[in-house]
Amino acid sequence: MTRAVRIASGQGFWGDWLEAPIRQVQAGPIDYLMMDYLAEVTMSIMQKQRARDPAVGYAKDFVPLMKRLLPELIERGVRVTSNAGGVNPEACAEAVVETARDLGLGGRVKIGVVTGDDILAQLDALVERGHQLTNLDTGDPLHTVRDKVQSANVYLGAWPVVEALRRGADVVITGRVTDTGLTLAPILNEFGWAVDDWDRIAAGTVAGHINECGAQCTGGNCLVDWERIPNMADLGYPIVEAYDDGSFVVTKHPGTGGRVTVPSVTEQLLYEMGDPRQYITPDGITDFTTIQLSQQGKDRVLVSGVSGRPATDSLKVSISYLYGYRAVGTLVYAWPDAYKKARKADRILRERLDRLGLEFEEILTEFVGVSATHGRLAGPPCPDLAEVELRVGVRARDVAPVRRFTREIAPLILNGPPSVTGFAGGRPKVEEIVAYWPALIPKSEIEPKVEVLEA
Amino acid sequence: MTRKRSKRTVQKKATARRSTGAGRPATKRVSLLRLAHARSGDKGDTANVGLIALKPEYYPILEKEVTAARVSRHFRGIVKGKVERFELPNLNALNFLLHGALGGGGTLSLKTDAQGKVFSTALLRMEIAVPRGLRVS
Repeated sequence: MTRAVRIASGQGFWGDWLEAPIRQVQAGPIDYLMMDYLAEVTMSIMQKQRARDPAVGYAKDFVPLMKRLLPELIERGVRVTSNAGGVNPEACAEAVVETARDLGLGGRVKIGVVTGDDILAQLDALVERGHQLTNLDTGDPLHTVRDKVQSANVYLGAWPVVEALRRGADVVITGRVTDTGLTLAPILNEFGWAVDDWDRIAAGTVAGHINECGAQCTGGNCLVDWERIPNMADLGYPIVEAYDDGSFVVTKHPGTGGRVTVPSVTEQLLYEMGDPRQYITPDGITDFTTIQLSQQGKDRVLVSGVSGRPATDSLKVSISYLYGYRAVGTLVYAWPDAYKKARKADRILRERLDRLGLEFEEILTEFVGVSATHGRLAGPPCPDLAEVELRVGVRARDVAPVRRFTREIAPLILNGPPSVTGFAGGRPKVEEIVAYWPALIPKSEIEPKVEVLEA
Repeated sequence: MTRKRSKRTVQKKATARRSTGAGRPATKRVSLLRLAHARSGDKGDTANVGLIALKPEYYPILEKEVTAARVSRHFRGIVKGKVERFELPNLNALNFLLHGALGGGGTLSLKTDAQGKVFSTALLRMEIAVPRGLRVS
């Protein structure tokens, strides 16, 4: 085969293993390090942080990681694509530029910044121009929540990242670029495929989907034969080895733990899948029913045959808005009659909430150890359970009832059913709920911006 | 666990168990855990479950037996909306979308499994009829 481009996945979400990117760079040859930090929930956390301090709102772990890795990345010629910029890519890029200078790499590092995804400031103008930004799930118009909106970000695709790479960026930091785009961009940059090369763009998108969740395709969270997956303490993260014909091999560094097999890759292919015939990204539409997988040797799975179709004219927008408040309280009840005690405590709690006249949108009780994950499908519990955790969650539009709820858990320790423990964490915390409003916007309204900073 | 079956299912089962002549039913009931593996995730208030045959020869059985209607019945009371099914014969897999499964989804959900991560194994609890002679691990 011809030349391969090796794109290593170093992070599947913000909070993933800090060692993974370092090992990806040090344990063998790679050309690119891809790090995906963003999920919708992550965007909402970053949004809250930026609201308190305008200098933050990005994946803070990324800066110390660059401090540790930059000299080696430069020495080995490994380039980075990452959406670590979150809701504040400029601040993230500035911090990395400063880090590079502190390391004595001034004049030797270029940092690309992709922005233009943040459309919060243009929101009203867009609505005025006739873009309703109706909620894709509910069909509601945006004005019903407009006064509560906290952020609005378009999902950008691979092409702005390609531009940053073409302009020489060693590290590309983006805001809301699709997870798949971060792997697809290096492939497009290396092979120079055209914007309408739909099949190969679809293939690169599949590569991105496999890479985007880190170790979820190399044996992490893998159900098949899970007990015998080797050396999980040292789990290898995936590397996509892409070829110019659109095929690619999923592999990992030799000597690392985990396994790359057709089943491990298939599980990841189906993760968060909708209609497999139309997996829509800004770069094109991918048909997952055309993917062919074959084992090419130990820890090597060849992916080929992928078909794609032209991209749509619109981009997805994720708008976040302040929805309300929630809190979750837990108590642990011990043998004997652990489940009975937990149920009784729940009844007492609900009666008290009721008498206080508190109004909630929802109160949810779960019994961890009995039915919290599989509900009635779990069948009747063993009568002799060692312990059961009572877990009660509430949600309301107003903060007051939620705050009052958080004061009603601890009293049960002394004035409820016996053999109760597990309350060392103190009162439950009231959390703000930032909810999501998915919508579409024509591509013609969005202008991605690419800047390249010199350290 | 209550497992009420609709009349139609009972009839279907009776047909499937028609004697082979030796007085034994032609099928046996097997849990999906022994035929498939699965992974699930979320999109808003919808959970998806990818169900993957452990052996290629199991895929046609899954395709025939694990219908959207059956999955909907399996999750009755747990999944509020409809169930959709998509086939991926190239991966020996089926993909199910369980709408209204996550108590509002995302940041709204109060559930332990707010992101639908373990709907995968909840589906593997389902039992289906397979040919009596099928080798199952």
